[in-house]
Amino acid sequence: MLVLDFEKPIYEIEEKIDNLKKMANEQGIDVMDEIYALEKKKNEIIKNEFENLSIDKIIKIARHPNRPYTLDYVKYIVEDFTEVHGDRSFRDDKAIVTGFGYIDSQKVAVIGHQKGKNTKDNLYRNFGMANPEGYRKTQRVMKLAEKFNIPIVTFVDTPGAYPGIGAEERGQSEAIARNLYTMFETAVPIIVVVTGEGGSGGALAIASGDKIGMLEFSIYGVISPEGCSSILWRDTEHSIEAAKAMRVTAKDLLELGVIDEIIKEPLGGAHRDYLQASENIKEFINKGLSELKALSKKKLIERRWKKWREMTTKFL
Amino acid sequence: MSIFRKKKKEENKWIKCKSCNETFYVEELEQNYWICPKCSNYFRISARNRIKITADEGTFKEFDKKITTKDPLEFSDLKPYKERLKDAEAKTGNKEAVVNGVCEIDSQPCVLSVMDFAFLGGSMGYATGEKIIRAIEKAIKLKVGLVIISSSGGARMQEGILSLMQMERASAALSMLAKKGLPYISVLTDPTTGGVAASFSMLGDVILAEPNALIGFAGPRVIEQTIGKGLPEGFQRSEFLLEKGFIDVIVERKEIPKYIGKFLRYFSENVKK
Ligand SMILES: [Zn+2]
Repeated sequence: MLVLDFEKPIYEIEEKIDNLKKMANEQGIDVMDEIYALEKKKNEIIKNEFENLSIDKIIKIARHPNRPYTLDYVKYIVEDFTEVHGDRSFRDDKAIVTGFGYIDSQKVAVIGHQKGKNTKDNLYRNFGMANPEGYRKTQRVMKLAEKFNIPIVTFVDTPGAYPGIGAEERGQSEAIARNLYTMFETAVPIIVVVTGEGGSGGALAIASGDKIGMLEFSIYGVISPEGCSSILWRDTEHSIEAAKAMRVTAKDLLELGVIDEIIKEPLGGAHRDYLQASENIKEFINKGLSELKALSKKKLIERRWKKWREMTTKFL
Repeated sequence: MSIFRKKKKEENKWIKCKSCNETFYVEELEQNYWICPKCSNYFRISARNRIKITADEGTFKEFDKKITTKDPLEFSDLKPYKERLKDAEAKTGNKEAVVNGVCEIDSQPCVLSVMDFAFLGGSMGYATGEKIIRAIEKAIKLKVGLVIISSSGGARMQEGILSLMQMERASAALSMLAKKGLPYISVLTDPTTGGVAASFSMLGDVILAEPNALIGFAGPRVIEQTIGKGLPEGFQRSEFLLEKGFIDVIVERKEIPKYIGKFLRYFSENVKK
């Protein structure tokens, strides 16, 4: 397990608690009071740190190697899930997973970026950076979902669309553009959850829904803070300043009217409690679905058009 | 014309070709559609000059001229965004990176939207996006075809997420246009990359491109850094995209109005012949 620098005090206390428990077991001593005190201290440390988590730490949590990814959430939220593969044209892109299943007996189509948990896994998943065939796979699944009137849930977590020779040869820009277009036209409810890092067009390509939620410590931006720093500041030293200036946190995006809701994370971040994080996301999905399911196809698209037509116009 | 403009014009009487280093009179270049008479290099041209060589003479009527960004994030990097905007306006005479108008092209009435690379690299901010949407809505209202001539490095970083959202907004608006059965001709010029390429530029009913224009999602430098090696000759150029199946026709600059006219006629019910 990977622990970030500023998480160390938390894990040190947890280690102490574990040791006490072990001791209690082995020697039959009553350590309840000590454990209680330590738990309290731990929760205070986390609360203090996370209540006003600084931007550099938010970015680290959003990209935490232990952070849950799409298939983790699927495991906790979606019943009877079956993954479907391939764009029927070139190949199956492992950086995006798609499939069907049920959330509380409600049929759903799932689309999400998939990162890996270790180097080997990450190479297989291309670090969650999709190629055109990944986006075309999602177009296929969106059309399937529409055909059988199944709502769509997407999980967004990618550094960006993959910048490679093959990606350009196979039309990365066309694939993303077509996703934006198709997603707008797909006449079933679409719920979007930004779970980690929403990196530019590669994220937006599966993030244009009717309800958009963002996990508390996720980020979403037009370019990565590092990319922005290297272009606008012409060095790599200003990524934190760039992130601040671009306003990439869930709080920022809610204020700017780009997302609908911030989804709370468990104490210390989603990676510390997959189940609780999943529960919170599920609640957001269910709430959105029950609101949108009441709408006719026509009303749904009207509502969607209104949403996008009005977005950002308050700044004109 | 103001004195200021006249003076500026005097100073800019000569222009150097970046490709062959030869210097030419502005008038000479203008007569040659801003193509180098010596080496045939295509100069990047302003929205105003593009309109001049695209719309039928005297038909272009600009609309939504005053729409502009208000820097809602109060963004500043090495220079405040507000200053960059002021410079861009002084340089181009536009308040945004796109100019909208109603006009005739090859005698076909249409809405023409032209991006200006000289305005912050043709980058798409929220006001740019708004203008693209309004151009689409104007075409719907007038029941005419839409022509967008792109030249852009992509989304505008100084507007953060607000610029990214324009990709979806413009794509959604194009869906509304398509529902009305109205044609959209997308013309790609050097360069068309990033968030502009990955939204409305690539969604044309037909996509035309000038020769040798850089077109792609990721910039060549980013790709080189990612893969750790050089890129093949001609990579991400118009000819490459034609070969890979992502554009319909490569059209010489002088011929663009004629091709726009052709497609507007092919795709329109009420054809003015
Ligand atoms: Zn030349």
